[in-house]
Amino acid sequence: MSDTFHFTRRGLLKTSAFAGAALATPHLFTRNAFAQGNAFRNDPSNKSTVTLGFNVPQTGAYADEGADELRAYQLAVKHINGEGDGGMLNTMKPLALQGNGILGKKVDYVTGDTQTKSDAARAAAKRMIEKDGVIMFSGGSSSGVAIAQQSLAQEMGVVFMAGLTHSNDTTGKDKRRYGFRHFFNAYMSGAALGPVLKERMGTDRRAYHLTADYTWGWTQEESIKNTTEALGWETVNAVRTPLGAGDFSQYITPVLNSGADVLILNHYGKDMVNSLTQAVQFGLRDKQVNGKDFQIVVPLYSRLMAQGAGENVQGIVGSTNWHWSLEDEGSKAFTKSFGQEYGFPPSQAAHTCYVQTLLYADAVERAGTFYPPEVIKALEDFEFDGTGNGPTLYRGADHQCFKEVLVVEGNDNPSSQFDLLKVVKQVPREQVMYDPSIFGGELGPYEV
Amino acid sequence: MLMESPRKDYMIMAIFTAVVLTMPLWTAPFGASYPDLLQKFAIYGIFAVGFNLLFGLTGYLSFGHAAFLGVGSYAAVWSFKLLSMNVLPAIVFAILIAALFAVLIGFVSLRRSGIYFSILTLALAQMSYNMAYSVLTPITNGETGLQLEHGDPRVLDFAFGAEETAGLPSTNLFGLEMSGWPGFYFCAVVLILAFFLSLRIFKSPFGLKLRAIKSNQNRMMYTGYNTRPHLLLVFVISGMYAGLAGSLLAVTDPLAGAERMQWTASGEVVLMTILGGAGTLVGPLLGAGLIKYFENIFSAINEGVLHSAFSFLPDFLNDFLTFIVAPFVGEGWHLTLGALFMAVVIFLPGGIMEGIRRLTGLAKRTASHRGGKGSARTGGPAHSAEG
Repeated sequence: MSDTFHFTRRGLLKTSAFAGAALATPHLFTRNAFAQGNAFRNDPSNKSTVTLGFNVPQTGAYADEGADELRAYQLAVKHINGEGDGGMLNTMKPLALQGNGILGKKVDYVTGDTQTKSDAARAAAKRMIEKDGVIMFSGGSSSGVAIAQQSLAQEMGVVFMAGLTHSNDTTGKDKRRYGFRHFFNAYMSGAALGPVLKERMGTDRRAYHLTADYTWGWTQEESIKNTTEALGWETVNAVRTPLGAGDFSQYITPVLNSGADVLILNHYGKDMVNSLTQAVQFGLRDKQVNGKDFQIVVPLYSRLMAQGAGENVQGIVGSTNWHWSLEDEGSKAFTKSFGQEYGFPPSQAAHTCYVQTLLYADAVERAGTFYPPEVIKALEDFEFDGTGNGPTLYRGADHQCFKEVLVVEGNDNPSSQFDLLKVVKQVPREQVMYDPSIFGGELGPYEV
Repeated sequence: MLMESPRKDYMIMAIFTAVVLTMPLWTAPFGASYPDLLQKFAIYGIFAVGFNLLFGLTGYLSFGHAAFLGVGSYAAVWSFKLLSMNVLPAIVFAILIAALFAVLIGFVSLRRSGIYFSILTLALAQMSYNMAYSVLTPITNGETGLQLEHGDPRVLDFAFGAEETAGLPSTNLFGLEMSGWPGFYFCAVVLILAFFLSLRIFKSPFGLKLRAIKSNQNRMMYTGYNTRPHLLLVFVISGMYAGLAGSLLAVTDPLAGAERMQWTASGEVVLMTILGGAGTLVGPLLGAGLIKYFENIFSAINEGVLHSAFSFLPDFLNDFLTFIVAPFVGEGWHLTLGALFMAVVIFLPGGIMEGIRRLTGLAKRTASHRGGKGSARTGGPAHSAEG
């Protein structure tokens, strides 16, 4: 081979260096152009379609939730494009969407797999932004992943609509101008559960926390502790368990001898299924401590988790963002069109993702442009109703939605495999509102 | 075979440089030509090249190499936070910290070999991961990952008159931003340098000694060599490569998360190396590229994409093909990768490189057969199919 080609090393190096420089030049100037005028990344103005990116966990521990989220996104795209029965487009007020796409452009979408890992999520999001040209991306099932994606959104100048993320940090100390959350947070769980716990268990209780050992677990433990201690409860102990422990027996045995009469499980997903199942199998709920019935509380509930834990959830109290059995117009419309499409009711993860997609599309329609700073301004301090949680406010100061929070309990006599939770109380939003300054953090600039 | 002329080395380097720098052109038909994925190709290429120095040359299978990658990332992000947004101090700092870490882990685990060594490295790396995830949260920011923040000290930047901007600053090389395409070319140049160094190590007397350790460590010791310093040295060099890769991950995207240290990440680099061909120069790079390609492109193909890809076919065939192919793409990308890995391990134990060698061998033989005696051609292909 080397007899036929005579290229020197120097010549080749030179050529490749030039080729490299030539390839790089057009790209060197694109980023600065973003700041001037209304030129922005992935501007769809000259295209007939607009692309959204849905980045959900398709593999790993939260794959069930991810699959449900993806179904909801597909349904939202259908409805925005004017296909199907329209779902919440018929109930949401005010609404600028007309069922002909966004600003007359048909909505297309691309998907990605976050694997519930920050790195993989950011890689998938960058692929959507750099290759597929998305104007907005959305998704999530873990707070760490959501926070990583929303800081990417800020760097890239592309709006991120968070899916399921419950940590206070998402719209607290790690909030970003380009990130928005519709889902509720740990603080609201605490505020909503407080009165119900007081009513059911009184003010003289001794609580024992088992907490998933990472950011979300800690913020939830802190929020619940604040609430219960304000009721007059005593916190006996708070034990951190590694994420994905599988076997919780070594953590549950000490609870029996601790003198505590309430066990609070700050777990989510498979961890919650395992810890709750084992706590019930160890007979905690049949015990009498300090002359009272022993109780278990699961602050963040979801129907998918309840399905995993089966009968063990009966009578156990927790909070949730939304439940398909709600009787308002928005919930009924969404549950109906989701059921017709897929044959079973949607989860709360599906609900929040569906609503987030509609909210983004509607904000673009109201702003009259895809230019992100204008879209962000249209979402900030937006008041709306008819999406399943009563009157809702997208607070501009921290990009957190404020709406009713549900307190639910495991159903004693479920009529179907989906009817596992019953709504105990719809806590009005005034009761779960808080001052945005308590968590600190800074949103950052509109233009990046 | 080993002691080839420097002229051939230069040829290899020239071709390699050309191929790496023109990546944006020739990856375009595969839908891979966008900055983030090409950056990942280059970065994980460095990681795999470094891993191959240890595994390919000495046969010591480290199952905890991701720990060095993670440590490098954390060190680089801390350098961005404390010193400067310039990438050079971050890279130097990351390599040094990774080296220090490698000395510690290497010193402990190299007391054993074979499976015990693998398990020791795996345990130590998994320990690092768990600590980064929870106990060391003040340093690593736990699950959320270490990020840049407003109010970071950045002593050097402010000493040279930089001002606080409204948004977060971006990483740069003396003013050239390190995201997007410039980021890729920077990683590509580092990859070329790293590859050159690895080539020199492969061809050096040191490399020869390492191969001798692989073939028979006892014999090596009987001839009077103390093997442990050599092993520790290559372990540290390999760890520094991983630290370099980790720092580049932070350079192109200033965030460091604990998952980078998880055992799955350590396993990934083993897969990359074996898939491409352990002990070969280019193999690990091919493996790294293939795995990252699957993770980013295959995982994004959903049913809608398949339907439009098969849209030239009649409807029923379209539906049928979509039904058949769908489980293997999108969320099923792990399945395809697993099947591919099994196929490679079973049929090509030397990885993709062995496949390439066989193909070129086959081509050469066919060519010579055609030139010489055409009648004996039947023997060639049948033989290689067996092998």
